[in-house]
Amino acid sequence: MSRPARFRFRLYVAGDALNSGLAHANLTALCRQYLPDRHEIEVVDVFREPKRALEDGILLTPTLVKLAPSPTRRIVGTLGQIQPVLQALGLEALAP
Amino acid sequence: MLKTVRSPLRKVPGKAPTGIAGFDAITGGGLPRGRTTLLVGGAGSGKTVLALQFLAHGARACKEPGIFVAFEEPSERVVENAGSFGWKLEELQHRRLYFMDARPFPDVVQSGDFDLGGMLAALEAKTREIGARRIVFDALNNVLALLPGPAARKRELFRLHEWLVARELTGLITLQTGGDEAGTIGQEPSGFMQFMVDCVVILNHSVVQGVSQRNLRVQKYRGSGFDEDEAPFLIGSGGLDLAVARAPGRAGLKVTTERVSSGVERLDTMLGGGYYRGASVLITGSSGTAKTTLSGAFAEAACRRGERTLFFSFDSEYTEVIRNLASVGIRLDRYVKNGCLRIIPARTITGSAEVHLGRFKTLAREHSARCMVIDPVSSWSTSGNDSTAQGVAERLIDWAKSEGITLVCTKLLSGTSSPVQGGLPLQISTLADTWIHLNYLVQAGERNRGLSIVKSRGTAHSNQVRELILSDAGVTLADTYTAGGEVLMGTMRWEKESAERGAHEAAEVATKLKRVRLDAEEAELAVRLKALQVEIEAKQIEKALLARTTQTHKGELSQGRTRMHELRGSDAPKPGRRKP
Repeated sequence: MSRPARFRFRLYVAGDALNSGLAHANLTALCRQYLPDRHEIEVVDVFREPKRALEDGILLTPTLVKLAPSPTRRIVGTLGQIQPVLQALGLEALAP
Repeated sequence: MLKTVRSPLRKVPGKAPTGIAGFDAITGGGLPRGRTTLLVGGAGSGKTVLALQFLAHGARACKEPGIFVAFEEPSERVVENAGSFGWKLEELQHRRLYFMDARPFPDVVQSGDFDLGGMLAALEAKTREIGARRIVFDALNNVLALLPGPAARKRELFRLHEWLVARELTGLITLQTGGDEAGTIGQEPSGFMQFMVDCVVILNHSVVQGVSQRNLRVQKYRGSGFDEDEAPFLIGSGGLDLAVARAPGRAGLKVTTERVSSGVERLDTMLGGGYYRGASVLITGSSGTAKTTLSGAFAEAACRRGERTLFFSFDSEYTEVIRNLASVGIRLDRYVKNGCLRIIPARTITGSAEVHLGRFKTLAREHSARCMVIDPVSSWSTSGNDSTAQGVAERLIDWAKSEGITLVCTKLLSGTSSPVQGGLPLQISTLADTWIHLNYLVQAGERNRGLSIVKSRGTAHSNQVRELILSDAGVTLADTYTAGGEVLMGTMRWEKESAERGAHEAAEVATKLKRVRLDAEEAELAVRLKALQVEIEAKQIEKALLARTTQTHKGELSQGRTRMHELRGSDAPKPGRRKP
């Protein structure tokens, strides 16, 4: 059996906004539970790097982008509802 | 329709002009500067065009760079679509105009709450970079739809509004409404937005009797007066063209007493010198009463004076107009060749009255026309509903006046009904300065054209019906005869004329004859006088002779008596002397 794919995430947050903080916390918890030791999280603060948000077409915060494995997926929101997130990431099998 | 009379709206410095002439007029200068405006309309109602025009004008004419946030179309497409309007967005782009692609990703997954923070952060950066003063959010409803509920939508709208106000940006948010009507307004989210923003503009696109009709209405404008009526508009070659009855501040129109020829000499005389310059002339009549010919005569006269003229023909093709008018001695081809006259065949062109009006204006401007003929107005004014056509006619006349263009319109009146009773759905007749009515008089198996002046403002005009005669030598008017309360025309007029001519000749001969006879009598009398004189002389001589004779006789007689006495011897005769 091949080594499970490594997940690369980029989370766009809007400074210390409540939604953004929640999303960050939820993502960290999710990764720890389902993808231990096989994930990378990059956090982009759109207030600090507005150019990047512009270039990447980020309108809504928080936005989570799954860069790898392909295909790329975008999820907006606090990631509070775990089920659609796992579905979007292709991790339904791991769901309880 | 009763129009509210309002003093011209004062231009307020706190307004951001849109460059849409009619819009700036009804709002007194444009959108509220540093405030947010909501633009609501259905699909294809012209929201994006208006928004782009507002940005382009700001960037070009007002030194106000702008940002266009495209939620609906990719920004390249927006720029491409606007290419036809000649705003040269490409030139302005990057330095003074920025287009931001903000279409939501279609495959985005939602989980939990989120907000527009990302967009605002990006906009913040861009606003600083180019020094933007104007910002457009096109089809904001696309992104609002992603938000999980009314509360979230309200919150995000509020956030957006706060952001705009804090940066004193002049914002324009467009929202789509379902269906053609803006009737769905009042529903969330636009309902809430209407209360939040400072200005609400509604665009309406409807189809009336198969003709497209666009209207714009300002629903609210905090801190400013505005024209509340629906204003029809067009999307023309230069963007939005909003129709306003009269641009404020231009209320005093120049009035002139200059006369221009109608092209028919006797008609000029009937009108006291011709039409007034800048007047609107209406020629009515049923088909074939020479409406076109009369308007052609006007066009020819205008060209002869060297005035640039536009001739819109809704009935005939270009070559037909030339040929038909040439047959009555009106030669327009030379003026077309020297560029003085432009004939625009518009038979095949459809569209609402509004579209036609827009065309008239554009072409008149292009040609710098001083005189204009629309033959006939009836055809285009009926496309669309009557009330709008009425408004268009009003504005057409108003516009022609303000431009100093002398306008001649023809209008078909069905049948030979009297112009006053005959239904005129388009009340152009009350607006026109001069109204000439042409009709047929059928009489003694003939159909003749009669011309009368129904009204002519500010002009003493003849009350008489004249006969209009078309010949290859041109158009003339002839006096008509009234006999027994009936107007005589055509052959009957000719008969009457020749009868009068005959009678006149007979009378002349009779006079001559009488004179000769009198001369003869005089001569005769003179002769007789002479004879009598001679006779008198003869008598006098005779008389003198008689007198002399009488005297001699008398002498002789006395002598004779003495002698006789002597002879008779009656008186003491001597004795002895006897006769045997």
